[in-house]
Formats: sequence, structure tokens, C-alpha cells
Amino acid sequence: MAEAPQQQDQQQQQEEEEEQLQGSAETTEPDEGSEGSEEPDEVVKPARPLLSVRSMSTVDPDDDYPNMIVYRKIEDIVTRIQDETEGIPIRTVKSFMTKIHSVVTGADIVQWLLKNLDIEDPAEAMHIGSLIAAQGYVFPISDHILCLKDDGTLYRFQAPYFWPSNCWEPENTDYAIYLCKRTMQNKTRLELADYEAENLARLQRAFARKWEFIYMQAEAQVKIDRKKDKTERKILDSQERAFWDVHRPVPGCVNTTEMDIRKCRRMKNPHRVKKSVYGLVEDGSQAQSPVHSSSQHCRKGTKEDVQKEILFLSTQLDRHCLKMSKVADSLITYTEQYLDYDPFLTAPEPCNPWTSDDPTFWDLESSKEASQPRVKKWGFSLEEALKDPTGQDLFLKFLESEFSSENLRFWLEVQELKRVPQQEVAHRVEEIWAEFLAEGAPSTINLDSHSYERTSQNLKDPGRYSYEDAQDHIYKLMKSDSYPRFLRSNVYQDLLMAKKKPESEQGRRTSLEKFTRSVGKSLTGKRLTGLMQSS
Amino acid sequence: MGEMEQLRKEAESLKDQINAARKAVQDTTLQEAAAGVAVVGRVQMKTRKTLRGHLAKIYAMHWATDSKLCVSASQDGKLIVWDSVTTNKVNAIPLKSSWVMTCAYAPSGNLVACGGLDNMCSIYNLKGKDGNVKVMRELAAHTGYLSCCRFISDTEIITSSGDCTCILWDIETGTQKTVYAGHQGDCMSLAVSPDFNFFISGACDFTSKLWDIREGTCRQTFPGHESDVNAIGFFPNGNAVITGSDDTTCKLFDLRADQELITYQDSSVMCGVTSLAPSLSGRLILAGYDDFNVNIWDALKAERVGVLAGHDNRVSCIGVSADGMACCTGSWDSFLKIWN
Repeated sequence: MAEAPQQQDQQQQQEEEEEQLQGSAETTEPDEGSEGSEEPDEVVKPARPLLSVRSMSTVDPDDDYPNMIVYRKIEDIVTRIQDETEGIPIRTVKSFMTKIHSVVTGADIVQWLLKNLDIEDPAEAMHIGSLIAAQGYVFPISDHILCLKDDGTLYRFQAPYFWPSNCWEPENTDYAIYLCKRTMQNKTRLELADYEAENLARLQRAFARKWEFIYMQAEAQVKIDRKKDKTERKILDSQERAFWDVHRPVPGCVNTTEMDIRKCRRMKNPHRVKKSVYGLVEDGSQAQSPVHSSSQHCRKGTKEDVQKEILFLSTQLDRHCLKMSKVADSLITYTEQYLDYDPFLTAPEPCNPWTSDDPTFWDLESSKEASQPRVKKWGFSLEEALKDPTGQDLFLKFLESEFSSENLRFWLEVQELKRVPQQEVAHRVEEIWAEFLAEGAPSTINLDSHSYERTSQNLKDPGRYSYEDAQDHIYKLMKSDSYPRFLRSNVYQDLLMAKKKPESEQGRRTSLEKFTRSVGKSLTGKRLTGLMQSS
Repeated sequence: MGEMEQLRKEAESLKDQINAARKAVQDTTLQEAAAGVAVVGRVQMKTRKTLRGHLAKIYAMHWATDSKLCVSASQDGKLIVWDSVTTNKVNAIPLKSSWVMTCAYAPSGNLVACGGLDNMCSIYNLKGKDGNVKVMRELAAHTGYLSCCRFISDTEIITSSGDCTCILWDIETGTQKTVYAGHQGDCMSLAVSPDFNFFISGACDFTSKLWDIREGTCRQTFPGHESDVNAIGFFPNGNAVITGSDDTTCKLFDLRADQELITYQDSSVMCGVTSLAPSLSGRLILAGYDDFNVNIWDALKAERVGVLAGHDNRVSCIGVSADGMACCTGSWDSFLKIWN
């Protein structure tokens, strides 16, 4: 009977785990505890705990093990699936001369997920089921490969002791003991697969010196196993095998225990002792994980820290929050404005270069002659107009006609200044001053006295960002003044309205040519002629 | 300890006031406001190209501004520049350290950068005189792994690190210009605003921060996630921030409302988010997950509108090209795929 998840404190958890290590039985089987170790000199804990209760994790749930949230989500589901009333009935299946205990079919699992997880798409249920299987929470009883099949294939649930949320990082010594133990037991179902035999051979070479120790551990485990009830043993064996299928997967299969190396390095608990599956304690000292020098910056709570925090919070409080409705509206408006330009939502014209191998779209985007959609985009914001070289040119021409082109030219020069090599910076700064800001300069820009003051100050130590303030000011000026006039101007409006007819005769011919070329690929000659006639 | 107590109380009271101010502007939710917006419908994208060549996990990729070239970094110790249209490798750059975690393409197309467990950001010049790609600079100062880097121009780059800080570098001199300290956990990723005045960083302290590049100060902090923030990006208009976390959700934070607008989550999504990228209009958010898939979210309605399935291992990085035409995913299965 699965118990509801309980929040237990670490102390209690450890005690209970200790108990289980003595060998309590699975609740679907008659209670049969196993005795303690028979080798008084060996520190071997008979670790064959069988639990249907929730994982007695010694890891504090608040521990920042990155996958913990995911594991808890999966464990909730897995616990529910095994629930007596709401879950799948776990059965015993008769097969030839034997009975297979404690199984469900793959189809059962998929069906349950479909029904109980609010999923409409069966593919979705398969995906979740595969995820659960890949992590080893449920496994096929006759295969090493942990995938879920939506058919009569038989699956069993993993014991919470082996759940990934226990943060197992089993050492090769444990794996060696396991493989060694398997070879000692004379059962066909325990025969090593090819890759396992290879692994064993490799481990024998690697642990040549300790092999006697490993062998003895394996023997001890076998002795303990023998004492168990036959049925219980079969189930335990399969669960143990599934555990190793997760941590030492079949070659070619994804190892789901692989962690992003950025997360591996982060050890909040440097003294976390690496647990052995078989209760081994390294001879001599306790097996301790290396102490990583976790960043010194990440300590909290000194007086300076709190004072800084107060300062920061005060500034935040002073800042004015915009209303959600306003903010939401502006986001919505933006997405709607650019809807036609988003190739994931609106098919690009004339065609998508990725699917048709026709680069016309890219040619049009980069050509000097702007298509109507491009022209339209210039009206969205000054940023868009300036981003497009053709738009920038047109805006500049317009400003020239108004005798205010110095603003844009200044802005462009300052942009360029940010990109030139360091040795040219000082020279450029001077040039810009001479051209735009000095008294009697040929192209004086209209700066307010405050910005002028600050800029003069900045120039005492000329750098790439000396004109930042001035540039900001001029940009705002253009945005609020010249740009709206530009959008209303004839030169822009004419271009914008010219969507029905292309700009020039030549333009029409070329675009028509391109159009027919792309269409012609899929049409017969007759239809093509028909089109030509109708245009 | 009396003073500490008082200071802490003051900080708490300020936090309460800020929360109250945030609540006060909650006159609606994004979902309510977007109720009248037309649905997007099912978004189905196919793999158009598969870029093969890496021999180990791919950890990062970044598009060039021309929307055709891209760079990828893999633990096989190579940085590869791809012409994604032809699938040809333009450059295959061998790295000194194979533990690379991030890569970036300069807007000019002249430089690429990468870094990882070597704690350094290495800048490579693609347009060297003799045609060979060489290391131009090695920016060393971080005391933790390099998790992300992004160019501002050919002369400046910003990096984020496992040492909880971000740094703005002058590439020419190889020196640090500004250190952005404040996070209390490893910085996992960063993104630069469209106007290049700000950048945002996501960290293992479950928060993301907005920084003023020139002033060097943290302008805003966005808490809300329940685990590491692995991925971060700007909404295309520069006014909102999208984050992805190990808590299996993505969130949208607005800079001007100074709070979370919406969470992208689903009970059937049970994996951490590794990477994300918005579509050109911002209407779609493509997020890569540990379960080998990419989920496509309707940004306004917080509904899943599509799935990209095709990788055989975790999707570690994702990027949408500048022209919005294509999405590129990189995976631990060593392949990059172009979708649209």
C-alpha cells in the first residue's frame, strides 16, 4: 500500500532508512525480514530494502539538486499509478511454468496516463510514459532498454530505495560487485548480456588489486539473497537490474543520470558522503566527496550586504510601476504589428527560402529597393527605419530637404565611433566635436545646455562613450520631431502607397520575372501562359 | 545584534512596500488582456537541415546576424562555424580546452567567442589576413566557469560566470571594464537588450537581474522561479524578459511593471528548461527542455501550440535567426537542426 508523501525531517529519514537496510519486505508479499550480516569482520549492510512507500530520501527536499523538482513531479505520478484504489491493478501473470508477479502492461500505463493526467493526445501520454521509464521509475521486466511500449509488454515499478531522487552516484566498485554477484548465481535470467560481460572484464582489469575484496562482497550479497523468498528475490533482482540500467545504460542508450557539468560543480554540501548501494564503506576513511571551493561571493548576511540591499530596495520603491493593462497592451500591440513579419506565423513572400531553396526572400530583404512590407516597417519605429539601410538613406534625404540632417549625421558618426579601433578613438572624438559641437561648427546640432556641459566634461577624457548623453538627446529629438514628420512626408507616403504598382517599369519586369520563375516551377506551360495573359 | 535586527526589519518592510506597489498596478493579467486576441493555432515546424559534424554533446550555439551562418560549441573541443543553408562547415576551430559551455557570434561577423571550465573567454578572429582562424584574445579574470558570453561590438563583450558575476570586457586591451556583482548563485546565462544599453542575467539563485551596461548597476531583480534560471532572453521590443528554469517553467517579466506577467507551464511538462528564444514578433516562445523536445508557447495566452521532436538527447541550446526565418536547436546528441 503506497503511503501518501510525507514531509519527514532528516533525522527520522535516516533512522527509517537504517531500518529498511535491515530488510523489510515489500507489502504485497508476506513479511520476511532478513538477518544482519554474517561476516562479522566485514562492514556489509545487507542492503535489500523493499519499499512501496515514498522514497526515504536522505536528501533534504530543499537541497538544490537541480533535478529534484522534476523527480518529485514524476514520483507523484508514479505513486498515484500504484495506488490501490486509483491506480492500475498490479497483477500476477501466468506464463508457461511460472508466474510473473507484480506487473502491469505498457498499454495499462499509457491508458492510465491518458485518463488521469488530463491529456488529449496519446502521443503526449507516450512521451510522459517514456520519460518516466527512461528515469527508471518503471521498467520492462525482460529488457535492458528503458523505453515504454504501448502494448502487452510487461513492466514493473521501481522500489523507492532505487529512485533517482536519492541522488545515487554509484561507484564502479558497486557495479563490479553487482556484475560479479550475477555470475555467481546459476540462473539463466541472471546471465550477463554481452555489454555487461565486457564491462565486467574491464572492471576486473581496473580493480585487479581489490578484486578479492569485491569478490567477497559479491559472495556476501549472494548469501543474503539466498535467504529471501523466491518470488521476492525475482522482484528485487529485476529492480536492482533496472537501477543499473539507469546508471550504466546499454551502450547507445542515453544516460539520463548525466548532469550538466555546470551543475555538477556546484556542491552546497561538500561533505555529502557518497552512498554505496551495497552499504560499503571504504576501508579507512569515509568516502567523502571532494570539497569544492564554492564561490566565496555567495555568502549572505553581513551588515554591508543588508545595507546595500536596503539602498537597492529604496531605489526600486521609488521607481514608478506601470499598470499591467498598459504593459499587456503594449506587448499585444507589438506582436500584432509584427505578426505579418514573423515567418513562423505568416508565410513569407514570395516563398520560404528554407523550404523552397529559393533565396528570393533574402535578395529582396537586402536589395536597395525596398519592398512595400519593408517600407511599412519603417513606420513602426525610428529604430526600424534606421536599421534598414534604405530606410536610413530615405530619412537622411528627407532631413536634408528640411536642413536638419546634422542630427542624423551626428548620431551615425557616434555609432561609428563605438566601433572603431582604440587608436582612432581620440582622433574621431575630435573630428566629431569640430564638425557638430564646436562654436561655429559646419553642422551644429541642437543640444541643450545641460547635455552640452556634460559632453564637454566627458571630453576631458575622450572615449567611445563620450557622446552617449548627447546622442541620447539627439535621438529623442529626432524621434519626437523629425521622424513623425518624415512619416507624414510625401516622399515616404508615396513609397508606402505604391503597393499596387511597382516603383518603376524595370521594377515591374524584374519582380514579375521572379514571380513567374517561382510559380513556373509548379505549373504547366499552358497555365503559365494563362497567367501572363491575365496580368 | 540589535542593529542587524533593525536593518533586516527595514529591508523586509521595504520589500513589503515594493510588493504592495506591484500589487497595486495589477489591474488585469496578461491572459485576460489577451483574451480577445486571435489564437495562433497549431504551429508545425519541420527539420529543414541537420548539421552533422560534432562528435560529442553540443552545449551552445549562436546565429550570426546574416541569418545564415551560425557557430556551435561542443565538448569534442571544437567550435564550428556553419553555413546552415548549405550545411557546410565554414570553419572548424580546435579549442585548447574541450570543456566549452558557451559560444557567441559578433554582430559584425568578424569574431566568435567561447569559454567554459577554463574560466576564460577566448576570442577568435574569423577574418584574419592569412585566412587562418586564430585566438585573438583570452579574457581571464573570472574565478568560475564561463557560462555565457555575448558581443556588444567587435570591441566589447559581456560574460557571465559560475563565480556569480558578469563582466564587461574591452577586447582590444583584454581588460575588465565593469564587474556586475550581485547574484548569489552561479550566473547561467545572459542576453543583451536590442538597444545595447542593458543586459539581463539568469542565475542559480533563482532570480534574474537587469543591469545597466554603462552605469554598472543592477536596475531590477526578478524573483519567482523555484529553481535555477538556466535560460534568459529579451522580448523583441526590449521591454520584457523571458526566463526558463529547472523548475520546469518559463516566465515572462515586464521591466516597466517590475513584475512577473505570466508563467508558461503545463502539468505534462516535467523537465527543466535548458534554453529559449522568442520568435521575431514575440508571439511565440520556443523553449528547449531536458526531455529532448522543444515546446512552442503562445506568449500571450500561455498555451502550448507546438512541439519540435527530433533530437535523441537533451536540447541544450536554441536560437531564432535575426530575420525570424529559422530556429536552430543544438543537442547532447551532437546534432544541430534547423526548423521552420
